[in-house]
Amino acid sequence: MNELSASSRITYRAVMVRPGVARRIRGLSDRALAWLFITPTIVLLLAINIFPLLWTIYLSFTNYRANRANVPMIWLGADWYQSILTDPDIWAAMQVTAHFVIWTVVIETVLGFGLAYLIDKKFRGHGMWTTIILLPMMLSPAVVGNFWTFLYQPQIGLFNYVVAFFTGRAASSFQMLGDVTLSPWAIVIVDAWMWTPYVMLICLAGLRSIPDYIYEAAEVDRASKWRQFWSITLPMALPFIMLAVLFRGIENFKMFDMVNLLTGGGPGSTTEVASITLKRAAFESWRTGYSSAFAIILFVTVFGLANIYVKALNKVKSR
Amino acid sequence: MTSATTAHSVVEPSATTRRFAGSLVVLYAIITMIPLVWIMLTAFKSPDDAISYPPKVMFKPSLEGFCNLFTTRSRQTPEFIRSLGPPQGLCDSIARERNMVVAGPSNYVPRFVNSLIIAFGSTVLAVALGTLSAYGFSRFRVPLKDDLLFFILSTRMMPPIAVAIPIYLMYRTIGLSDTRLGMILLYTSVNVSLAVWLLKGFIDEIPREYEEAAMIDGYTRFQAFVKVVLPQATTGIAATAIFCLIFAWNEYAFAVLLTSGNAQTAPPFIPIIIGEGGQDWPAVAAGTTLFLVPIVVFTVLLRKHLLRGITFGAVRK
Repeated sequence: MNELSASSRITYRAVMVRPGVARRIRGLSDRALAWLFITPTIVLLLAINIFPLLWTIYLSFTNYRANRANVPMIWLGADWYQSILTDPDIWAAMQVTAHFVIWTVVIETVLGFGLAYLIDKKFRGHGMWTTIILLPMMLSPAVVGNFWTFLYQPQIGLFNYVVAFFTGRAASSFQMLGDVTLSPWAIVIVDAWMWTPYVMLICLAGLRSIPDYIYEAAEVDRASKWRQFWSITLPMALPFIMLAVLFRGIENFKMFDMVNLLTGGGPGSTTEVASITLKRAAFESWRTGYSSAFAIILFVTVFGLANIYVKALNKVKSR
Repeated sequence: MTSATTAHSVVEPSATTRRFAGSLVVLYAIITMIPLVWIMLTAFKSPDDAISYPPKVMFKPSLEGFCNLFTTRSRQTPEFIRSLGPPQGLCDSIARERNMVVAGPSNYVPRFVNSLIIAFGSTVLAVALGTLSAYGFSRFRVPLKDDLLFFILSTRMMPPIAVAIPIYLMYRTIGLSDTRLGMILLYTSVNVSLAVWLLKGFIDEIPREYEEAAMIDGYTRFQAFVKVVLPQATTGIAATAIFCLIFAWNEYAFAVLLTSGNAQTAPPFIPIIIGEGGQDWPAVAAGTTLFLVPIVVFTVLLRKHLLRGITFGAVRK
């Protein structure tokens, strides 16, 4: 409605140019308006993101503990950084994170691309089924993690029952969340369930961006379907796949909520991904200086990945 | 998603291929829905049915889960319960069958209300700030534009726990810990990056000629923005708002670390719903179901813009 009336008013006024227009055009200069529009956002981000970040950097060089604010602060230099990078527990956490990131990304990419490829065949009702498949990724990871602990219950859980049904093992003979070898896979399964649709959606966009005439030309040249897949479909969808991989990689590198609810890092520290180690150091042992240093290390890593991500975004955008 | 299929003789998949692809996708969709459906079923089970083995698909529906979600109950002797008058309401009579009486409302409703206030508050702020900035970045020559845009995006990539450490200290100092305002500001700062990137894409698509015509016509730049650009960008603003809303609604890491009572939202609360002797699964399932239903509705509403939202506006379809 507004749109209509506004545009009709424009045409009306465009015909009848009235005096006094020049005065009103001045108003605010574009330059002033640009800063007026952008500054609030920048100020907010400086206050809530950058200022705290600088504070973290400062704390990471000190012995500060948030639960003992009165203890005089001592400047430690790069001590924490050195001890973190040589700490075997931190490297263990990094290995757990790597296991989680690599397997989730591999599984989600294979499944996600496969699904996108099938959906791209445009069978009847593909729109509706796509929306259904997308649901898990919109949900709260914490709430998802929590209800999967119910499905993973050894005696009463649906997951154990289904596995028992198909393998013939007793449903109470294995604990997905309590077992040292199974729990790293338990978190991979939930993440794959939740985020495969994400990869699928981006891959689908990639597949749909391939113009039909390329396939038509390939058909004319008698290229087999197999050949078409490897020489046209996959290479042309690749930038999109890379985008999805990179984003899942970044997100899972900093994964916290789902894992915290599923296993809390346990049993022992078998599923203790980097964010959980960080949370334990910062909010359970209250080693604020130490955890600040670790936070900065994680942040630098993510920032590097984000840099690559934006380059990939721009590459896809230019398509 | 529902694109009109144009007929291409050679590249159209055959009917068999289509049916085959369709059945595989439907199979996946059904498997992927089982956990969700299971939780929704569990919400309507009695505690005994919820933990029975083998898991029950057929059961007598019960509202006990919802009752336990909304109330706190205390165990009493049968003599005491008999001495009371008739049960007040459905939940009280369910509780009395288990030798309990309803002691009062639970914390679920206040937590749910917190979720609503914080999600809507931060969404309104983020979308307002995001629209202004997006317009600024879209239409004006801003020095260091690409760097600023990257800076804005990179704030969203920070690991939440890493941000939470200094925010925790900062909020403690200025008195914002465990307040709704503190959470609103925090979620706004996380969402504003998404809002700027998404809305910039939407505003880029609105032809500049509209505003130019309006300005020739005597509108100031600001009037042109309000009366010409904003109405054109309504769809984009709505889609962006829903994305911000979903993020704030789902957020857990900040909420669990920075709130404890007053401003606690539903996600950190639902996992700690405990009954007698461990987790009260029907109540947890009921809380989860109520919490997830709005998201399901929004997902269906958003389906055409999902792709854009999850790629910060880069991939448009």
